[in-house]
Amino acid sequence: MHKKLKKLVDEAIQSIGVEHDLAGLDQLRVHYLGKKGQLTQQMKSLGTLPAEERPKAGQAINKAKQAVQDALNTRKAALDSAALESALASETVDVTLPGRGEPSGGLHPVTRTRERIEDLFVQMGFEIAEGPEIETDWHNFEALNIPESHPARAMHDTFYINEKHLLRTHTSPVQIRVMLEQQPPLRVIAPGRVYRCDSDLTHTPMFHQVEGLLVDEQASFADLKGVLDDFLHQFFEREDLAVRFRPSYFPFTEPSAEVDIQCVMCGGDGCRVCSHTGWLEVLGCGMVHPRVFEHVNIDTEKYTGFAFGMGIERLAMLRYGVNDLRLFFENDLRFLKQFR
Amino acid sequence: MKFSNKWLREWVDPPVSTEELAHQLTMAGLEVDAVEPVAAEFSDVVVAEVEDVQPHPDADKLRVCRVNAGQAETLSIVCGAANVAAGLKVPCAIVGARLPGGLKIKKAKLRGVESSGMLCSEQELGLAETAAGLMILPDTAPVGKNIRDYLHLDDVSIELGLTPNRGDCLSIAGIAREVAVLNRLAAAPPPGAAIPAMHDTRLDVNLEAADACPRYVGRVIRAVNVQATTPVWMQERLRRSGLRSLGPVVDVTNYILLELGQPMHAFDLAKLSGAIHVRYAHSGESLSLLDGKEIELTPDSLVIADEKMPLALAGIMGGSESAVGDTTRDIFLESAFFDPMAIAGRARRFGLHTDSSHRFERGVSAELQRAAIERATALLVEVAGGQPGPVTEVTEIASMPLRKPVSLRHAQITRVLGGEIPVQEVEDILTRLGMAVESNSQGWSVIPPAFRFDIDREPDLIEEVGRIHGYDQLPSSRPTGQLEMGSCSELLLDRRRLEQALIFRGYQEAITYSFVDPERQQAIEPEKAAVALLNPLASDLGVMRTSLWTGLLKIAQYNLHRQQGRIKIFEYGLNFVLQDTEIVQESAIGGVLGGTRFPEQWGSAEQTIDFFDAKADVEALLALSGETGNFAFTPETHPALHPGQCARIFRDGQPMGWVGRLHPRLERELDLPQALYLFQLELSGLMATEVPKFAELSRFPSIRRDIAVIVKEDVVAAEVLFCAKNAASELLDKVELFDVYTGEGIDSGRKSLALGLTLQDVSRTLTDTDVDNVLSQILAALKNQFGATLRE
Repeated sequence: MHKKLKKLVDEAIQSIGVEHDLAGLDQLRVHYLGKKGQLTQQMKSLGTLPAEERPKAGQAINKAKQAVQDALNTRKAALDSAALESALASETVDVTLPGRGEPSGGLHPVTRTRERIEDLFVQMGFEIAEGPEIETDWHNFEALNIPESHPARAMHDTFYINEKHLLRTHTSPVQIRVMLEQQPPLRVIAPGRVYRCDSDLTHTPMFHQVEGLLVDEQASFADLKGVLDDFLHQFFEREDLAVRFRPSYFPFTEPSAEVDIQCVMCGGDGCRVCSHTGWLEVLGCGMVHPRVFEHVNIDTEKYTGFAFGMGIERLAMLRYGVNDLRLFFENDLRFLKQFR
Repeated sequence: MKFSNKWLREWVDPPVSTEELAHQLTMAGLEVDAVEPVAAEFSDVVVAEVEDVQPHPDADKLRVCRVNAGQAETLSIVCGAANVAAGLKVPCAIVGARLPGGLKIKKAKLRGVESSGMLCSEQELGLAETAAGLMILPDTAPVGKNIRDYLHLDDVSIELGLTPNRGDCLSIAGIAREVAVLNRLAAAPPPGAAIPAMHDTRLDVNLEAADACPRYVGRVIRAVNVQATTPVWMQERLRRSGLRSLGPVVDVTNYILLELGQPMHAFDLAKLSGAIHVRYAHSGESLSLLDGKEIELTPDSLVIADEKMPLALAGIMGGSESAVGDTTRDIFLESAFFDPMAIAGRARRFGLHTDSSHRFERGVSAELQRAAIERATALLVEVAGGQPGPVTEVTEIASMPLRKPVSLRHAQITRVLGGEIPVQEVEDILTRLGMAVESNSQGWSVIPPAFRFDIDREPDLIEEVGRIHGYDQLPSSRPTGQLEMGSCSELLLDRRRLEQALIFRGYQEAITYSFVDPERQQAIEPEKAAVALLNPLASDLGVMRTSLWTGLLKIAQYNLHRQQGRIKIFEYGLNFVLQDTEIVQESAIGGVLGGTRFPEQWGSAEQTIDFFDAKADVEALLALSGETGNFAFTPETHPALHPGQCARIFRDGQPMGWVGRLHPRLERELDLPQALYLFQLELSGLMATEVPKFAELSRFPSIRRDIAVIVKEDVVAAEVLFCAKNAASELLDKVELFDVYTGEGIDSGRKSLALGLTLQDVSRTLTDTDVDNVLSQILAALKNQFGATLRE
């Protein structure tokens, strides 16, 4: 019996060892260990042995069964792992192939810049205001202290709709609308499209400005300098950017200033972009003219205010290195897609 | 205003370099636009006398000249200029000279004749853009003298971009005054010594519009030689200010304009009839101007007239009939003060802009006229001879500009500038600027000088103080204020969310001009009245857009014609529509799309964008408002859209937009290689949103049942879904349409719609009976409304 058992185990282990699929392995299990399996049958034959031999024979059979079971387990694990390996191998993809679906688009660089400017001022408590693009002569000029015969009108190259209406030449009329509707203290910026009858290499008949206005009991020129200093440093993300304020003239501010930054292209050494001056004019600003306050019934003894205006295209060109203004309005997708 | 640095320094000569001077001017508000050398680089060009001119033996156009250039020997120089002649003094580049552009002068043989140098024109020396012949120097020019020294060419022209408030700096005298203030120096006093009369011919002057012209100074000068040559020094100064020499009389008046800032005019005395009248034009009068233009005068045009007719448009331009010409002998010089308000805007109305109107509009000192005419007389006599008569000066004192005192409070300077400037410094600055300063309890009472027209209120003086103190020297601070929280409403859609939604769906934002081609727009929206521009830049930019599509189609076309086949572009902005006489300006967001559904990529079949891609993008925008249920897409027609692929979009019954395919007719007209889809939504219809409201989640399983119903082909899906939803009890959680089928098994003229129903209750698990009830409710309603049958 012992011999027969050993032969059976050897035979089983050998068959298991060469079996290559899980179904075959299961058949072998049934063949040896199933209800009618070869080793199970051995157990049943115990009854034919004398009582004193039975325990020892039983032990031997159990040991044989265990050996076969172990062989089956080992083989099954090996086959499982081989199957997984092969599945993994067959499912391997070229991960360098591009992803599928819709890539996202992007904002126009002017909007992108506009939103950046908005975000910076909103952090300081400025609110965003908008106004109509077809304006009245009064809002665009008269209320801003630019009467009909004023020489400054010649600089505005206005598009007219009729005697009373025009395309706004700046975003400054939004100041007037805000001051007519709200009481100080006011902190407002007004971005938007503006229009001038001019078209060449450096002018487009439509462009964008952001107007800013702060009216309070203690707003000073020093505050104006501080706000714009902060803005320019944050916008260009350059702590060491030199900024200078020069006296200038706008009919709706007094004192007035223009703001130059050190040329961001050449670092102030002089280049084509800054006309070899090392400086770039980026902003106009000043203290709100009392005549403007009078037009909107704000008490000039109680309140002071400052206003500023900047061209968005100019800032976008400097920030992103765009070298031709006209690209902004050609809307070539190859250009637009550079701003994601 | 452009001027020679050397000229300025004759008036005031601060111990600073040109570069520093330019910086000073810029930082004082007189922005320097350019500093340019007055002549190009060249060397070894000297004054030479042409002693003899002989024809060239082998060339018709060349001459062989014997030239004395102050060298040991006379030179033989071959010259091609037509105006070369014996006895002339001309610039001569001697052997070894370098001319602008790097040309080096060497001994050379020209057609076999030796030439030791080159006679030069203004152009060759970089003094002019063009030249007709050799530059002719005065007879007095010293032979052999270096031309750079002789003409003082080591000089620069400084160009200022002056703001309209600083008319007082439109002259050398004015700039010198300002430079003197900045450097604490005294500028030379303006010349203007009286020139005695040599005869007593005079013209009477009548001021008939004294408010506009309260002062007029005139003088007759007899026997002027209008053929005289303006001296080189004057020509050079004019040239360095950008003016050409045009004969002695005009040159002298231009010189006074530049030197003192007083525009003057000279009339041909022989063409005048009787006394001078300064008056407004009568209606019906016209005038031929010096530039050849004929204008119809309006009753608010100020003119200089004689007894018969208008002679000149006052302060703007003279008339051609009374102008000084080649045969003029006697002249009448005018030096007047015109009120800025009488000139401002008039020149522009006639399409004119002159050096004179530029100054009078900004303000010319009312105290300058007499000095200017004396100075002009002196120069004219020096340049062109002539016998001056007595000066006629007529002044209406009552109409002269008032110089009102302006009060300035010290505390207000501190308040406005944000930093204190000491009392002494304020007084010093104002006094240096020529103001009469008188202190009082709060500060000062200040009378500005006659040449300043920009100072009539306190802030004007504060600016002057800040400007001269230096903006860069003023403090910088951060504003303080009440920290008030602004609103951040959840009931209004943020524009940026719309932009982001489209960007994540693959769109690029575009910005197109708000003015468009009227014809193109007419084809897109024939029913809307566009707002037209009175003065468009070009006819194809003539009207304001009534639809974003006008611009979007233009750029879609632009890109399609540049090998960009896949288009997904949106724009945000105003549309402008004329409703009766009212201009309505409304925000909208619109898009154009076309080409493949996805960018070219591996592993997916190429599909083309169709109506439902456009609609999905629209739905993504509508979804942001948080209440998609109240939106409806209704089949309607739009002139720009394909009649079978066009939906109008409604919100709560109000129309708010369109989506559809571009009409194939427009596709052809625009020469587009492929179909395009368009959408546009009015922002007013989109911006109101709802605050999300929580609904209980069911813990019980949901049941899904699919049914297919057969309806007539013209029944629209939205109505079927609406009907099904309305018919069912609240156990129906959602209905989805997942297939539309026509073909085998379905009668022609009918279609099968497959609906997926999801049922669920929040309090219990549903039974088959519940489900069957709902199904029969739905089927009954569909049968009732559409004659729908269940597809078995």
